[in-house]
Amino acid sequence: MKRLVTGAGTLALILGSAAAAFADQPHPWQWRFQEAATGIMEQIEWFEVWTLWFIVPITVLVLGLLAYCIVKFRASANPVPSRTSHNTLIEVIWTVGPVVVLLFIAVPSFQLLTAQYNPPEEASITIKATGNQWNWDYEYQVDEPLSFNSAILQDADRAAAGKEDRARYPRLLAVDNEVVVPVNATVRVLVTAADVIHAFAMPAFGIKTDAVPGRINEIWFNARKEGLYYGQCSELCGKDHAFMPIAIRVVSDEQYNAWLTAARTDLNGANRALMAAVDGAPSVAVAGN
Amino acid sequence: MAGAAAHEDHHDHKPRGWVRWVYSTNHKDIGTLYLIFAICAGIIGGFLSVMMRWELAEPGIQIFTGLAQMVYGFEGDAAIDGGKHMFNVFTTGHALIMIFFMVMPALIGGFANWMVPIMIGAPDMAFPRMNNISFWLLPPAFLLLLLSMFVPGPTGGYGVGGGWTIYPPLSTSGQPGPAMDLAILALHIAGASSILGAINFITTIFNMRAPGMTLHKMPLFAWSVLITAFLLLLSLPVLAGAITMLLTDRNFGTTFFAPDGGGDPILFQHLFWFFGHPEVYILILPGFGIVSHIVSTFSRKPIFGYLGMAYAMVAIGAVGFVVWAHHMYTTGISLDTQRYFVFATMVIAVPTGVKIFSWIATMWGGSISMRTPMLWAIGFIFLFTVGGVTGVQLANAGLDRSLHDTYYVVAHFHYVLSLGAVFAIFAGWYYWFPKMTGYMYSPLIARTHFWVTFIGVNLVFFPQHFLGLAGMPRRYIDYPDAYAGWNMVSSYGSYIAAIGVLIFLFGVFEAFSKKRVAGANPWGEGATTLEWQLSSPPPYHQWEQLPKIK
Repeated sequence: MKRLVTGAGTLALILGSAAAAFADQPHPWQWRFQEAATGIMEQIEWFEVWTLWFIVPITVLVLGLLAYCIVKFRASANPVPSRTSHNTLIEVIWTVGPVVVLLFIAVPSFQLLTAQYNPPEEASITIKATGNQWNWDYEYQVDEPLSFNSAILQDADRAAAGKEDRARYPRLLAVDNEVVVPVNATVRVLVTAADVIHAFAMPAFGIKTDAVPGRINEIWFNARKEGLYYGQCSELCGKDHAFMPIAIRVVSDEQYNAWLTAARTDLNGANRALMAAVDGAPSVAVAGN
Repeated sequence: MAGAAAHEDHHDHKPRGWVRWVYSTNHKDIGTLYLIFAICAGIIGGFLSVMMRWELAEPGIQIFTGLAQMVYGFEGDAAIDGGKHMFNVFTTGHALIMIFFMVMPALIGGFANWMVPIMIGAPDMAFPRMNNISFWLLPPAFLLLLLSMFVPGPTGGYGVGGGWTIYPPLSTSGQPGPAMDLAILALHIAGASSILGAINFITTIFNMRAPGMTLHKMPLFAWSVLITAFLLLLSLPVLAGAITMLLTDRNFGTTFFAPDGGGDPILFQHLFWFFGHPEVYILILPGFGIVSHIVSTFSRKPIFGYLGMAYAMVAIGAVGFVVWAHHMYTTGISLDTQRYFVFATMVIAVPTGVKIFSWIATMWGGSISMRTPMLWAIGFIFLFTVGGVTGVQLANAGLDRSLHDTYYVVAHFHYVLSLGAVFAIFAGWYYWFPKMTGYMYSPLIARTHFWVTFIGVNLVFFPQHFLGLAGMPRRYIDYPDAYAGWNMVSSYGSYIAAIGVLIFLFGVFEAFSKKRVAGANPWGEGATTLEWQLSSPPPYHQWEQLPKIK
């Protein structure tokens, strides 16, 4: 049964209808945002579509006017050019018009920006992420702090880590130790760097902030869907800039608590137990679809 | 009569051989030198970009390991690491070369040097010897930059791989080798060259206009160069200061940008972008001027809303100085700071919109002939609009959160620069080629050049919007397999665009070998600016009798 469900999931993925299952990572020929996993990203998605309602018609209008002029006013059709070089009314219109369009864009834009800096509730978990050349250090700032390093998953380590499924653990995105957070919890991330500037980014969460040596940047997210999410370093940081991914696993409260307790003594064991609970459970695979 | 002719000849005396070029104080000769220099630099910068697209055509590392072995003699795993850094060197080199050694020399050094004195009825630039040094500073700057690619940068790599933005600490402690120092010196020298050029243009335009040519009667290209010169004069010293601090941080133990000494890496970004944002307008404003003339000429109509066009450029230049931190939305600047920069950035859309609509209004009711320069100019207007509207999106900090440092940004700025500024350069090239050389290019080759380039660059850059939305970060040598499709399309586009460059070069060769005489004014009555009253090519010294402007 389990195999059947997983197989169905894989088939659905191949057919491209399983966008929800692997929305946490890009898929071939994708041309829009990755599916949102937080409220903020849903707002960003909405706002991007909102701007398209203005910019696409404006672009089509310019293209249409250019084409109209080229055809209608071609020298053979219109041998005597007009000498008009002023029209105050139309100049006022095409100055005021864009101002109005910008106002329509600006109001939701400022709302979105404000929302990004105002979490609806105090964060229940604080994680410090430190960028290094070329991996990330994470520190759970809880009563008994937990810290570990997270680097790109080497192909040689896939079997040992139980991460041979390249659809779930893709090349360049999979890491050895994922960040684990509970679903529907507000998580604060304190981002800094130890050597050069990096950037902590998670597309499905709508977050991105630079990791700057000597500074701590604070961001937050509240993931609404369980799953495994991938991001990548987003500030040029040297030769392995493309090879220091970020992976966040969003799990249930119980799974998170069990993982956190176990991870303090045995990180690898805790990760494996969590993977067994998440990847192995058919219910999750079904929910993923 | 005979005496008068001999007298003319005497004044038209040109120095012969290399002396004419190396010692040149003639604005037209210096302009020609700049154009040749820009073409050479453009070929090198374009070569770097095609190599990057070749690398990115498929997931995995294809060519840079081999390149690092060939060029630097790395072996084994060192070649893989050296190759990864080499890719970053190519992105850095491509940007710096295209900005400082291709677009700026072509538009400002080349076309502006050639045409501004003629258009305003001046015999030459105000400071001809300074004009000479402006040009001759560029080749050594370029050589220093090229040299930097062959000396050590970071441990186990050669060249500067810090991006054209050269953010510390990657450009200080991250790359201790001498490559960065050479690049900084290259920027210093190129910057000095541009500042001298800017002083020259401001003085020339303010003081040497023909009688009757008030500022409000001055051709828009001269306006655009005047504004550009002010932007250069005000912004380049800030860059010079920033990179000098970088240099002392690297070599003399200062800690302007090092947090362990009380400095701040973000300070450099503020200084850099205070220069960097006006810089992008420096790249595009002269193009605005060129396009205005071409649209007017081939519509056989005066420019619609001339004063609005001129002051829109003034507004773009002025507001361009107070929007710099929209490049820094993710650095951790405060919410209120971001609100201000969102607002200020969106304001720029208004004068830009005025320009786009005024170009269309200039065409409206005209008698339009779609000759090659017009083709490029109309291509410019449309593609610049595409790049402009994605700029309006990126202005919103909330949305930029997702798009910052992704290929969406790469697509945006290539639409305004590679498809904007470069299309304006080619428009200007075909518009003034008959004037500068006296020969007519082959319209067939020129049109083929346009269509191949148009298809190529759109294939390169339009799919990059999709990659950016899907989350692909920029400056990546390798990417997750899911991004393979659009990257492949983008790479094929770049091969097509490269063929376009070859067609361009062949067209130049063909025009010089066929020697079709162009005549003083090949464009007809629509071409009203002063350069079309002179012979093609113009006499070595023009306007010995100042033209009268009504």
